[in-house]
Parts: sequence; C-alpha cells; structure tokens
Amino acid sequence: MTKRIHVSTTVNGDEVDYLCDPRETLLDCLRDHLGVMGVKEGCGTGDCGACSVTLDGRLVCSCLVLGVEAEGKEIGTVEGMADGEVLHPLQRKFIEHAALQCGICTPGILVAAKNLLERNPDPTETELRYWLAGNLCRCTGYDKIIRAVMDAAAEMREAS
Amino acid sequence: MNYHSPSSFEEASAIAAQAGGTTRFLAGGTDVLVQLRADIVTPDDLIDIKHIPGVKEIARTDGGGWRIGVAVAGAEMTECAELCADWPGVVEGMDLIGSTQVQGRATLVGNLCNGSPAADAVPGMIAAGCTVTVTGPEGTREVAVEDIPTGPGKTALAKGELITAVTIPARGENGGDAYLRFIPRTEMDIAVVGCAVNLRLDGDTITEARVSLGAVAPTALLVEEAAQAIIGTTLDDAALDALAAAASAACNPIDDKRGTIEFRTHVAGVLARRAAKIAYARAKGENA
Repeated sequence: MTKRIHVSTTVNGDEVDYLCDPRETLLDCLRDHLGVMGVKEGCGTGDCGACSVTLDGRLVCSCLVLGVEAEGKEIGTVEGMADGEVLHPLQRKFIEHAALQCGICTPGILVAAKNLLERNPDPTETELRYWLAGNLCRCTGYDKIIRAVMDAAAEMREAS
Repeated sequence: MNYHSPSSFEEASAIAAQAGGTTRFLAGGTDVLVQLRADIVTPDDLIDIKHIPGVKEIARTDGGGWRIGVAVAGAEMTECAELCADWPGVVEGMDLIGSTQVQGRATLVGNLCNGSPAADAVPGMIAAGCTVTVTGPEGTREVAVEDIPTGPGKTALAKGELITAVTIPARGENGGDAYLRFIPRTEMDIAVVGCAVNLRLDGDTITEARVSLGAVAPTALLVEEAAQAIIGTTLDDAALDALAAAASAACNPIDDKRGTIEFRTHVAGVLARRAAKIAYARAKGENA
C-alpha cells in the first residue's frame, strides 16, 4: 500500500487537513475526506466542469488536481458562496430563472460564474459563454443559465 | 505511486534517472491525471516540479525575449499583456487548449511533452523559433522546440531529462505571428489542422519567415519551403498561392473521423494563407 500523505489546506476560509493516497484527486479528497459534497464528479477527466473549484483564486477542475497538490493552498467551493442563510446573488438568480434541473452541474457553474464576475463584473454574453464552455449541462440547456448569470451580474454592479 | 516534490531541477532529474519503473513529471496535470484516471499510465514515481523556484514566472530575458517557467498556466500567459503584444501567435495557440478550467493549469511544456501531433501550443512555438532548456544527468542543453517531438506520444528526452524553461526570442522590429486551427466546432476540440506563421518585414517586403503545421504529420512540422514561398514577397496573391501549395505539399496526415487526408491537406494551405495575412497585418502594427 502506498504511504498516505498529510495535507494541510484551506477550504472556504477554514483551515483543514487530511491524509490521502497520492493518487487521490482533490475532488475525492474534498468529498471523501472532508465531506464537501457540493463538488460533483461528472466525467472525472476535465471535460464537464462539474467539479470546478478555485485553487488560489484560479478556476480549475478538482478532478485534474491531486489532493497532495492542495498543500498550503486556498480552495473555494460552492459551500463558500452563501453568507449563512443569505444566498449569493448568483444562487438566487439561478432559482429565479429556473437555471437548473437535476443540479449536478450547478455548483461548478456557480463557482465558475463567480470567478468570472470577480475578474470582470460586466462580461458580454459572448465572454460569458466562452468562460462557461467547460461547464456542461445536459438538462436545462444553457440559455437560462446565461440569463441568470447576466442578471446576477447586473444586480451586483448596481449594488456595488 | 511515490509522490515527489523536489526543490530543484537537478534533484528532479536525479529522481527520474534513478527510478526503476514508469516516471511522470507533474506540472499542470491536465494530461497526466487523465492518463492516471483512465489507467493508461500509472506512474511508479510522480515528480511534481511546481515546488522548484521560478517555475511560475514569466520573465524578460536580457536580450529582450521571454523565459516562460514550466508551470506557467495558459491563463497566466493570456493575462500578461506585454507577452501578448510581442507574441500573439504563441499565446493564442496556448489559449485554444481546453476550457477556462484547463487554462488554469495546462502549460506550454506539458502540451509539448505530451507529444500529440495536434498539440495547439506547439506550432506557434516552432514558428517563433522557441527553444527549451533540457536538464538531465549529462548536464544542460538548449534544444529547438521542433526537435523535441519524435512521434505521437514520443519525445527526444532521454531518461532523467526534463525541460526546465521555454525561451521565446526577442520580438524585434516589424515582426508578427499568428496561429489558426480548424475544428468542426467553435471551442474545446482537437485540431484537425493547425498552422502558425511568424514573419518580419522591411517596408512591405517579408525578410524572414517561419511556418509550422500541426496535426498533419506524426509531429508538428517546420516547413522551410512554405517560408521560402513568402520571403522576398509582399504577400501578394502569387506568394499566397505558393505558400498554400508548399504547406499542402508538406502534409502527411492520417485519415480519421475528424478529417480525411484530402481535407487536412487542403485546409493546411487555407490556414497557412490566413495565418500569414494575420501575421503580416500584425507586423505592420495593425490589429488583427
């Protein structure tokens, strides 16, 4: 058996640590060792974006990061978006626009959209569609998702 | 699997040289982790090179060129305005790889060493005249990018050798480069044909050129005949015809579901023509 490695990292601002096999992905570590279930496994090969998280502020697929690589990093997941009971504007707009059905792709899309709006609070629809090209949805289709994000972006600009 | 995180390239090289089984270097991981997951490659030793100082840096060289660290992700290149201004073709080749998420991790050197004939970052580097620094048990050497891939999935790197940086030459005056690829959709696909052109002008006349093709042979190609077809011209119609013919003539593609031999050969000429026009406009200082 491969020796397990101790990893200390930060998830949504909380310091955490876990022991992992070096072959385990960050996705598996988040779900299986830390119980962060908002991170979803879709394809497991970086194509679908369901496992999207931020790693030191950079959007990545957590299935394409090893758990050991998270040492000393800051990870952001969908669990870090709401402020207690108050949903993030993106989450609220996804509900208002019915931008989800089964919900598997939703956490990844929310994390990805939040990361875009932090970099560019006023994206064009084209920029948004390219940004989310790596987040696949197999039920809703994309129009409602795009409308929800554009609407949230507009609201967030007005609020700031 | 043993996970190593060496703090120098010499140490990384020594681990790889002494390893008995399968070894992989880990930077962005966008190929290594997919292979691991699919049980295509399960390394006995995985050597994470991201703890080596300087691997995340984009730096100017003394001669006015660029040195790109081996763990610099595509998104970091795209965000470097000066690099984009100097070498838009090199950057746009890298930027075409994968999604936003993949851009957050994938690297130039990973794309090169994965050895895919269709690697989008490679023709741009070849056309630009990039070199890579290779460190191994025998010491360090500088190698032209076109001499690294030797066939699908294969490189010229010996056991214990690894690439430690990419050097892009100084842009210099009146130069421009461009990369175009054909895919049957608008985003997130593997190149059916890729073409990069890099050239320099004296007035309206092309004085230097390098043309590289991807996905039309077992490795990305540096096509000398295509460069010769436009050197000394003002990129007039006759020169463009000669360029397209030379690019098509250099093709030795496979026939598969993404493109037939005939299609790839034709499209190589079309893309060479279009990429040359963009590079020419950029060399003139126009937005293209």
